Amino acid sequence: MAKGEIVLGCLAPHPPHVVYAENPEQNEAFAEGGWETLRWGYNRLARKLKSIDYDAMVIFTPHWQTYIGTHFLGLPKFKSKSVDPVFPNLFRFNYDISVDVELAEKMCEVAGESGIVTKMMRNPDFRIDYGTITSCHMLNPEWDKPLVTISSNRNAHYYSPEVMNEQASALGIACSKAIEESGKKVVLISSHSLSHRHFVTESPLPEDMSREHIYNHSQYVWDMKLVDLMRDGKMKEVIDIMPEFTEQTIAETEAGGLTWMMAAMGYPEYPAEIYGYQSVIGTGNLIAAWDPIEATREIVL
Amino acid sequence: MSDSEILFGIYCPPHPQPLLSPEASDGYGKLRDAFETCRKRIEESEADLILVYSTTWPSIIGHQIQGHPEPEWVHVDDDFHYLGSMPYKFKIDTEFAEKFRESAESRGLQSRTVAYDGFPIDTGSIVALKLLNPDNRIPACIVSSNMYANRAETIVLGKSARDAIAAQGKKAVVVVVSSLSNRMFTEHIDPAEDRIHSAKDDEWNKKILEFFGNGRLEDLSQLSREIHGQIRVQKVVAYKPAWWMSAAMGQHNNYTGEVLAYEALHGSGGAVVVLTPSKGSVGDKEFDEDDVEHYHGDRGVLDTGAL
Repeated sequence: MAKGEIVLGCLAPHPPHVVYAENPEQNEAFAEGGWETLRWGYNRLARKLKSIDYDAMVIFTPHWQTYIGTHFLGLPKFKSKSVDPVFPNLFRFNYDISVDVELAEKMCEVAGESGIVTKMMRNPDFRIDYGTITSCHMLNPEWDKPLVTISSNRNAHYYSPEVMNEQASALGIACSKAIEESGKKVVLISSHSLSHRHFVTESPLPEDMSREHIYNHSQYVWDMKLVDLMRDGKMKEVIDIMPEFTEQTIAETEAGGLTWMMAAMGYPEYPAEIYGYQSVIGTGNLIAAWDPIEATREIVL
Repeated sequence: MSDSEILFGIYCPPHPQPLLSPEASDGYGKLRDAFETCRKRIEESEADLILVYSTTWPSIIGHQIQGHPEPEWVHVDDDFHYLGSMPYKFKIDTEFAEKFRESAESRGLQSRTVAYDGFPIDTGSIVALKLLNPDNRIPACIVSSNMYANRAETIVLGKSARDAIAAQGKKAVVVVVSSLSNRMFTEHIDPAEDRIHSAKDDEWNKKILEFFGNGRLEDLSQLSREIHGQIRVQKVVAYKPAWWMSAAMGQHNNYTGEVLAYEALHGSGGAVVVLTPSKGSVGDKEFDEDDVEHYHGDRGVLDTGAL
């Protein structure tokens, strides 16, 4: 069996607003549009994914929060409705997803062997979080690839962002090893915003773009610092400053997703593909991808 | 301040073990028994509303209030999914929910009711309502805990609840769903060997319970920032439940306090406490934080005083 490999890594933020604005048939709410910079960036990245041969998407989600280890979805099908507890007015999505249980179990096993506390989630009533659904829908609206969803163990809450960085790195390395042993071609998805301070009020029409802007300038400056490092292919440096970035911008990187993905990909030293940056209810959202194959790597923006 | 009739208050933990696995340890069983005692107290009271403030329902856009008349779903906890599913169907007092929203807005808060099929009611609210009001004999209302809210906003939210109870002439039982110390073990444990995560957490929990037992709710409210720093995992900006509970119940220390149970829940501190308004008091303390009646929003200090 050939060794498995990571064929693309995606930073894919999950504000439910982007699904809402797309008006897919699965979502009950209706929008007049909005957040085009992000949506069009997502559309372009989704087209790139169509040109790549892969077996499964592996997503690390901040909205399945676990404190007792790292958990993996462990049943082949989940079908239900996901309602965002924070923005239920925007996101009530009827989903029908397939899970690559074999790959999930392999990751769980290898992570466990490396000392990480793990658990398979096999309750059929379990509801899939809106982070997983938003990122995966925007990257693959046809939903024709199986997923592996990994919970985010909240080390930043219990210890510090430094501990989060260490443990998410260990998980990333374990997942990379599991992918190699599986023989599968996998797309990794780190589902989160960068800076993550929200406005606590919402305009009467949520998609009114005249009201949308970053929460404050310092958040923007930090976000751009990371974008510049990504463009320069300095992902080890990004991860090294992750604790300070996370604390300064109360960033959603606190869940460990970007650290996990970069560790799994060996801290790329090549430029990231930048697909778009835009604020959503004050938070900073970047869509980016890391393509290990130089011949297909693009300068997008 | 309005004159509300709150029959008594209950402080109880959000974890699902007392509902799903009370037999797994003596401690979980004792917590379940304490919930049962509270259920009987509610049944024997003249309550016509159970108002729940849940720390496991975080909100961002202001303060959300459940407004669906009969929310129904099968819930599964993110961490404790292996303990089983929690099917629920509750009866919500939607008129009260709207009045609560209106009261909150009149005090300057951003607030909205949510009434969507499939809305994910949180573990803590489900545990509390299924154990305290299993037959939906009394209509309930649930309010979220805004993740950015701090003291002023939370106290004003509590006062808004009190206003709404008074305006509708309700006889309410106030339920606050929250742990004491909230640090859990980060590995899977044998429930029979469950214990409070650390001696420090245990000591602080017992100090809080001493205050509860003496009916000193407002004193606990005044200690909230210290409690947050000492024994709360830093998930949110502050330990808010005592602020909200004291403001909703009238900001005083005149209660008969009963600690019905105190046990570990995967390392965190779980207590079931009943506070019944009484005539006696341990006396007024000298409080050093300002009271607040109306929420004026963020002060915007970054935009003022700049050269």
